[in-house]
Amino acid sequence: MAPLSDIKSPERAGASTDDAEARAQTTPVSKSALAVGIVMILVFVGVVGIIAASFFSAVPEISWPSFLVDSSTTLEKLGLMTFVVLLFVGVMALLLFMVDSRKRVPNWTVAIAFVGPALAALLLGLIWPGVSTIIQSFYGRSPWSDPERSEFVGFDNFATLFTTSEFQVVLRNTMIWVILVPLVAVGLGLLYAVLIDRTRGEAVSKGLIFLPMAISLVGASIIWRFIYEYRAPARPQIGLANQILIWLGLDPYQFLLNSPWNTVFLIVVMVWIQTGFAMTIISAAIKAIPDDIIEAARLDGVSGLRMFRYVTIPSIRPALLVVWVTITMTTLKVFDIVRTMTGGNFQTSVVANEFYTQSFRQFDFGLGAALAVLLFVIVIPVVVYQVRQLRLSEDIR
Amino acid sequence: MTTSNPSVPPPAVEKKQAPKGPRKLTKAEIRATEAKTKLTSPWATGIAIVMAILWTIPTFGLLVTSIRPQSSIQNSGWWTWFTNPEFTLDNYDAVLFGSSTGFLTYFVNTVVITIPAVVIPITIALLAAYAFSWIEFRGRDLLFVAVFALQIVPLQVTLIPLLSIYVDVGLAGSFWTVWLSHSIFALPLAIFMFHNFMKDIPRSLVEAARVDGAGHVRIFFRVLLPLLVPAIAAFTVFQFLWVWNDLLVALTFAGGTPNVAPLTVRLAELSGSRGQDWHLLSAGAFVALIVPLAIFLFGQRYFVRGLLAGGVKG
Repeated sequence: MAPLSDIKSPERAGASTDDAEARAQTTPVSKSALAVGIVMILVFVGVVGIIAASFFSAVPEISWPSFLVDSSTTLEKLGLMTFVVLLFVGVMALLLFMVDSRKRVPNWTVAIAFVGPALAALLLGLIWPGVSTIIQSFYGRSPWSDPERSEFVGFDNFATLFTTSEFQVVLRNTMIWVILVPLVAVGLGLLYAVLIDRTRGEAVSKGLIFLPMAISLVGASIIWRFIYEYRAPARPQIGLANQILIWLGLDPYQFLLNSPWNTVFLIVVMVWIQTGFAMTIISAAIKAIPDDIIEAARLDGVSGLRMFRYVTIPSIRPALLVVWVTITMTTLKVFDIVRTMTGGNFQTSVVANEFYTQSFRQFDFGLGAALAVLLFVIVIPVVVYQVRQLRLSEDIR
Repeated sequence: MTTSNPSVPPPAVEKKQAPKGPRKLTKAEIRATEAKTKLTSPWATGIAIVMAILWTIPTFGLLVTSIRPQSSIQNSGWWTWFTNPEFTLDNYDAVLFGSSTGFLTYFVNTVVITIPAVVIPITIALLAAYAFSWIEFRGRDLLFVAVFALQIVPLQVTLIPLLSIYVDVGLAGSFWTVWLSHSIFALPLAIFMFHNFMKDIPRSLVEAARVDGAGHVRIFFRVLLPLLVPAIAAFTVFQFLWVWNDLLVALTFAGGTPNVAPLTVRLAELSGSRGQDWHLLSAGAFVALIVPLAIFLFGQRYFVRGLLAGGVKG
């Protein structure tokens, strides 16, 4: 998600200095152009949106051949999968072949053939739904596209979110997540990256921390729910956390039930996953610190912790910031952990989980949309920062 | 600079020129880097080892649990396994083939969902990234920034309108919903990543092919595609892990039917409905994570490279 291009990883440092001029031509991003672009896109999206809305509500349900939409046996499923991949590759090949078959095709035809599919997909699947959700957030429970039942409520949904105590807990939890996860994950990732840097078996020690990234959030939640498993004091504990409490002579504890600490125990799961990511990026940044800087500092008699504080940290600052931003954004949108471990009960719900509950359990589309928009709004400052970083790194190179 | 031959790196960057892939360091280099940032003390080693153990134990505990008999799991902690080792595959048998769990069906679903959801966005994004890098057309940079900015749209914002589109066109509850959604959501990141990699291909290489009379299609296939294999590998690992491990998209579009729902949905459901059946949950979790784990170990190098090139998905 984040433009990590400003971290000079060993692989990329060499290649990127080559043709600076070519790069300057490929993406000059100026502020005013960005503003104009955004306005244009909004207008465009509005028009397309209205057309799309009338189109989709107008088309009668298409009766697809049953093998396309209804496959129940393994053989049918695998057959359909193969068919889809071939069909797709075939269509793309045909498109390119048509562009290429004529000599001297105008440039814009080629451009459309190459960019068109992506833009169409983004417009239909990302931009239009996004706009629709924003509109929905100002409407009541029913879909806004259904004029008979929908009602315009203005900012009522947002007012509900910020004033109802039930949702205030959700907002508070989200804030705890967004502050704690990046803080702890980056801190531990940095610590570990520094500790194992240039030690024997570095790849293995990195792999151990990194591994949780391959596990689905659902899997991770089950792994940790097992650790937190509670049994009454008289029975043998099967969860490791409570067994440790017993070994320490304490009573077993309901880790997932007692608010507000249960939120912290859920956050542990996310930290467990994200630390590996932070560690990897930070480690690459540490390795990219130029040797002469280190040498110069050493000649000045700097070493140990002071080296870390005055040389390492300032050198990897961009990497730290990018990791921080990225983890923040990931954390905001995560709902799997809360849903799998507590289902959002016991005052652990976060915005992303509440969105799901409101939209697909309560069928309150207005509130659900408002929650989704809230996620979007929180993310925007981060995006502005990202684009600026992108521009900065373009300028430097 | 732009005319420099790509096979001969300019002398100015010689020092920074990093080798592709691992390379043996000379003794002098090792000595030079040895003292770089290292905090050598028994404490440092100790903390690192404690962290490594803390990060490994949770998964290890569940793995041990999954091979213990059901009664043992319920009556004693998995750590007693070391003093009382037992081994059984009954849990895996129950979870894969049991009538109430049937993970095998869901495993097939996950595979059927994942492969097209990886192939489709890669194809579309490669073409788009090529156009953004090497075809001159008006408004190109503006479009690219717009696509780049789309990375931040949270999935949640799109789900309900997309669902109603699928219902309108009669695709609801089929694999198509999941394929299309994952493909669309992957595009901004994929285009951005491929564009990043393509920018680094020397302009002279493309110019040379153009002088020889190659059109865009031929340049794309003959010149760029072979150079992009590492980038494609990186994104493949990424997207594979993302789709295989996804819960939100699958839950929204595929629902819980055995016809379409993937492993993650089934596992989450099991965790909710039979939350105390640890013999099923532990084995189920391992069935779900074995393939991404293998892909991850196999493609770790590419995965890390992708991370460094800006590929983190949200």
